Amino acid sequence: MGFLQLEQVSKLYGEFAAVRDFDLEIERGEFISLLGPSGCGKTTTLQMIAGLVTPTNGRITLDGRDITREKPARRGLGVVFQSYALFPHMTVAQNVAFGLEMRKVAKAERDRQVAEILSLVKLTSLADRYPREMSGGQRQRVAIARALVIKPPVLLLDEPLSNLDAKLREEMQFELRRIQRVVGITTIMVTHDQAEALSISDRVVVMEGGKITQVDHPYSLYEHPKNNFISSFVGKSNFLAARAMNEATGVSLRVDNTDLKIPATGSYPGGELCLSVRPEKIRLTDPAGAMLHGPVSSRYFLGNHWLLSVSTPAGEISVAVANLGAPPPSEGDITGLTWNIEECRVLAAEQESALQS
Amino acid sequence: MQKNGPFALAFHTLIVLFVLAPLIVVCLVAFTPQNTLSLPWDGLSLRWFAAVFHHPDFVASFWNSARLALFSATISTMLAVPSALAITRYSFRGRDALNALFLSPLIIPHLVIGVAFLRLFSFIGATGSFGWLVAAHVMVIMPYALRLILAALNGMDLSAEMAARTLGAGEWTVFRRITFPMLLPGISGGWLLAFINSFDELTMSIFVTAPSTVTLPVRMYMYASESIDPMMAAVSTLMIALTGVTMIILDRLFGLDQLLVGKG
Amino acid sequence: MTGAATRTQPRPLAPFLLAAPATLLFVGLILLPLALTAVLSFNVYDYSSGVRNQYTTANYLTVLQDPYYLAIFWRTLRLALLTTVIAVLLGTPEAYILTRMGKPWRSIFLLVIIGPLLVSVVVRTFGWSMLLGRDGLVNHALAVLGLEPVQLLYTETAIVIALVHIMLPFMVIPVWTALQKLDPTVEAAALSLGASRFTALRRVVFPQATLGILSGSLIVFGLSASAFAIPGLLGGRRLKMAATVVYDEYLIELNWPLGAAIAIIVLLANLAIMLAYNRMVERQAKRRLG
Ligand SMILES: Nc1ncnc2c1ncn2[C@@H]1O[C@H](COP(=O)(O)OP(=O)(O)O)[C@@H](O)[C@H]1O
Ligand SMILES: [Mg+2]
Repeated sequence: MGFLQLEQVSKLYGEFAAVRDFDLEIERGEFISLLGPSGCGKTTTLQMIAGLVTPTNGRITLDGRDITREKPARRGLGVVFQSYALFPHMTVAQNVAFGLEMRKVAKAERDRQVAEILSLVKLTSLADRYPREMSGGQRQRVAIARALVIKPPVLLLDEPLSNLDAKLREEMQFELRRIQRVVGITTIMVTHDQAEALSISDRVVVMEGGKITQVDHPYSLYEHPKNNFISSFVGKSNFLAARAMNEATGVSLRVDNTDLKIPATGSYPGGELCLSVRPEKIRLTDPAGAMLHGPVSSRYFLGNHWLLSVSTPAGEISVAVANLGAPPPSEGDITGLTWNIEECRVLAAEQESALQS
Repeated sequence: MQKNGPFALAFHTLIVLFVLAPLIVVCLVAFTPQNTLSLPWDGLSLRWFAAVFHHPDFVASFWNSARLALFSATISTMLAVPSALAITRYSFRGRDALNALFLSPLIIPHLVIGVAFLRLFSFIGATGSFGWLVAAHVMVIMPYALRLILAALNGMDLSAEMAARTLGAGEWTVFRRITFPMLLPGISGGWLLAFINSFDELTMSIFVTAPSTVTLPVRMYMYASESIDPMMAAVSTLMIALTGVTMIILDRLFGLDQLLVGKG
Repeated sequence: MTGAATRTQPRPLAPFLLAAPATLLFVGLILLPLALTAVLSFNVYDYSSGVRNQYTTANYLTVLQDPYYLAIFWRTLRLALLTTVIAVLLGTPEAYILTRMGKPWRSIFLLVIIGPLLVSVVVRTFGWSMLLGRDGLVNHALAVLGLEPVQLLYTETAIVIALVHIMLPFMVIPVWTALQKLDPTVEAAALSLGASRFTALRRVVFPQATLGILSGSLIVFGLSASAFAIPGLLGGRRLKMAATVVYDEYLIELNWPLGAAIAIIVLLANLAIMLAYNRMVERQAKRRLG
């Protein structure tokens, strides 16, 4: 039994299901990300946990206690809002002290705890500033401090980094993880940025259209996406139409007119299949004897790697080539493509259409 | 930003002159040493201001108006805040009708409201009562306060309230500690606008004031329709000055253009 | 209104409790007195015994047939219309000029134009009576130019001048608001596509302003038609308008039922115009969308 548990939780707005049959078990101290495109129900899920939205169906338990219908004030969870939701008429210290005041903590103790948490988020010197006098990154830290100071059992973060610029976002990402480790708090973070989710979470929950599509550790999620949607949303991927043919040796997939031997990892139904290969798994080789070949149609230099697009009989294929000094073939050059056969995923083609409906 | 041509600027100058002329003339005439309405060609004098302060009727009316505006602005703001909360924070049947009812005094001519109150007051025997005069003013100035508070509520970030709830605050605490302070600029602006509208109100008041409750605008109207002397100009100048000060306060607080033109 | 949906628990009673005090007051102190006045306007009145407990339509018939009252209604309508037209002709270009002004001037002049709204009507009217009087500044100026003095005070001209003065902000504000929504580059785009200044104004700016002009006109017409202080102070004994005649009936003639009948007619006319306007706005909004 998990520390925080959601069972069959749904939220309907009229006929429309913002969240449907959400099942998740979270261990104490875990860092979980809810990942999905805008409008897929991440905020709704988070707010149901916080108590700001009442679920239509289902049950939420925290440490064995049913909190499904409990008021947000009584749950005592720490919530960081996307807009930070700082109280504009209070200083940083007053903002952070608010939750302690509500818990009737004595003034001296309150001041001590506020000072402690402000030093954790490195804001000690700004305690008397008002929110409007601070930068986005600093406001973000205040919001985190305010949520943490009440020692909540769970910290809920709604797109905490989306209002920061790119450089700051990367910095805060690791800062967030550091703080979470120091405090050891169970954390759920909502994000639509896959890089963010992969880099700092213990587990990632991928959502689409109000439903969970996959729950996994970042590495397995990246390497073993369950469907096209995930493999394209989490990182980039090439999709190749393919057909299964049962043979004694295993499974072979026919891409265009070339037969590609794939080790048997299960039985594939005859019919349309889909092969997914990540751009960084593909190597450039001599056209002769390559799995696929064709002319380079575009080439971009991205600093630490090159991004090539190659026109093959199986379609346009993206290839990421590490920048090891020598420039790769230029536009128009014919190149061959190859990859380790274990590095590609085989997905049923119907899955894609099933997901899109 | 395109430039205005010379023709446009000339037009604009004339309009500004037209708008300011009567106010400027009033202020100038107030300083005349003469007994007649004349510009102070030969020296300035404060005698007419002194005359105002020694005129018991004007002094009494000023205090009547000030008390009346103070009470009615405060009461109408206290009514407007919960009403605005009901209208913006909840969806319920009849919400639009309620909104229309509250804003209706803006489209009912004050003349009609005045006549209606006169009827009510004579019906219930409230003629000459200061309390009922306050009630009448509350009705016509509440829409001004309400509009501003509605705009403030609609522009408010709701997540601050949600944050307070997750931190353990109950509904009343959320209102007292979060919503109210965040609304305070809108509320004080609404109060000031209500105050000024009450202080200036003539058309309704002239029907419902009794000799003991005559307000300053009513007193001025009656005085001006009988005799015209520079004392009227002096009173007017004082009112213009008072309005000017209020305008500056409002402008500092919100930007007056936002307030009068804004989303209202 | 996302707030309503994100409430923790729907409490259907709360909004009614919050709005109850104001609602009770508005019903008791706006709707009830209006109803009492409507009833009063059907009461029989005679000069010896005052208001009697009998009902009649005579008050309305008198008001709508007696040439004295008809003349007053006609004047009210005419002057309000004239004021509206002049306010449109002055207010629309002024609002447009204001939108084209540079940074500090725009706010300063906007304040100059709309600030007088906060100055009591009595004060502003009194200012005009000093300017337009027999011995006023306008006649002084004429004398300096060697011209004959003119009688302005206690004429319809004086009333219209002062009404336009009071109403100008009510016209500038909605037009300004409407023009604010106009992307300044749109006009520039029209000019760059070869439209003349005038065509750009007529085809691009003016359509945007029409809704503002319409709502401004409505406010100006309604307020002018029920204006009290201006005809009272600048019209003298002779030139009555609707509001001043109601005042006379109530406080001088003491014929309340007749005064009530006129007031009710003013109210109904006002509401009819508002309704017509709402229809018009809705139709225009539909056209824009469709
Ligand atoms: N109060 C509400 N009323 C109706 N629909 C809502 C409400 N809140 C959210 N939704 C809908 O529910 C879906 C999920 O919203 P949300 O959880 O905010 O998505 P996300 O945070 O993943 O972008 C959206 O389609 C949104 O329009
Ligand atoms: Mg969201």
